[in-house]
Amino acid sequence: MTMSEQGLMVPDSGKLVLPEYAKPQPGNHPPLDSQDYKSTALRHPKQPLVLLPQRLTEVTGPLLGDDLITMQDADLTTQHGGEPQGQRIIVFGQVRDSGGRPVPDTLIEIWQTNAAGRYRHTREHHPAPLDPNFTGVGRAITDQGGHYRFITIQPGSYPWGNHYNAWRPAHIHYSLFGRAFTQRLVTQMYFPGDPLLPFDPIYNSVPDDKAKARMVAEFSIEDTQPEWALAYRFDIVLRGREQSLFEEAHE
Amino acid sequence: MSELLTPSQTVGPYFAMRLPWPGGPYVVEPETPGAIAILGRLYDGVGDPIPDGLIETWQADPNGRFAHPNDPRGPILDGDRAFRGFGRCPTNHDGSFKIVTLKPGALPFGDGRTQAPHIDVSVFARGMLDRSVTRIYFPDEGAANAADPVLGVVPADRRGTLIAAGGEDGLLRFDIYMQGPDETVFFDL
Repeated sequence: MTMSEQGLMVPDSGKLVLPEYAKPQPGNHPPLDSQDYKSTALRHPKQPLVLLPQRLTEVTGPLLGDDLITMQDADLTTQHGGEPQGQRIIVFGQVRDSGGRPVPDTLIEIWQTNAAGRYRHTREHHPAPLDPNFTGVGRAITDQGGHYRFITIQPGSYPWGNHYNAWRPAHIHYSLFGRAFTQRLVTQMYFPGDPLLPFDPIYNSVPDDKAKARMVAEFSIEDTQPEWALAYRFDIVLRGREQSLFEEAHE
Repeated sequence: MSELLTPSQTVGPYFAMRLPWPGGPYVVEPETPGAIAILGRLYDGVGDPIPDGLIETWQADPNGRFAHPNDPRGPILDGDRAFRGFGRCPTNHDGSFKIVTLKPGALPFGDGRTQAPHIDVSVFARGMLDRSVTRIYFPDEGAANAADPVLGVVPADRRGTLIAAGGEDGLLRFDIYMQGPDETVFFDL
């Protein structure tokens, strides 16, 4: 048995030794059918899922980056002619896998409301003001230690039609690729102490309380920049590689 | 031993602010020799089109290889840059999407068997708390499809949901049904 850090070919056998990405523990991810989030009703598979073994297509994945990114993409407060309204915040953290290894060179895409709780999107009708100096979209690539950093504005809460008096807690949407198709993740970052968290069916769709807590950023006084911006740490954990069996090719 | 993962959440209704980009649906430029277009629609449980979905595709190059460290064979380069293999297309008001790409080659399963040419697909939408994963197989690969180790474990009466239709003029059709009598086969990855 050996640890496979990347794919290997067994000489003269046609056999491949590929990394295997750990399955999430039960309750780590939300169920696709989640009664309290009404739109899931018609949009989740009803037939049993078929087990897909992790082979070449699944253990590889898009390594996107440089050609999609400019320096301004990580600073959402400097994408227009003037300063956006609202509380300036630094959102930073580390992307790592469940084995504790940093995930380097991976594209992170984010989107969010402005300070008033309004998205810049044609289908958005919440009667809160748009901010001509804020689009609310960002991109960054993790460094060799898996670290990333955005400068943005504290997003607002907004009403949605899921149930009577439904309001989303403030959040930032995150999309990550990791290094393999198995690691792809879309999630949302929430803020500590948000009074709307207990009432939100999307946040509360995650069965495991400790896993749910992973989506709440941590306020960091150490990383706050005096006279300028507050700071939140949001680490992201993707599926990690497991030890894979190395089968000797027998004559 | 291992840490809990950051849980998945829905892309919500406003992902189009960030995720699509102009070249996203074009894995290769349409004028590339051998380019194929995969057209489809995404449907919900009552047969209505899903207008706020996102389709992503990931596949091997025409030689069945990946420019990625986890593929020990590596790519066979026949140009300036390796085939990127990734497509991304938001669904339209009528649930439609289009991916322009090259047909992937067959590739090893890893145990001596061969996988038929296929494209892995992630489906995201408002109302989906996690992605749903499916695969596109090709209609002109009857023998390879019949020997494919993954199709082989899909119930026979549902295999057809994974095989694109058409094939003439490089136009393929692959509709995705989240539920209903034609529910697409989705995978547990």
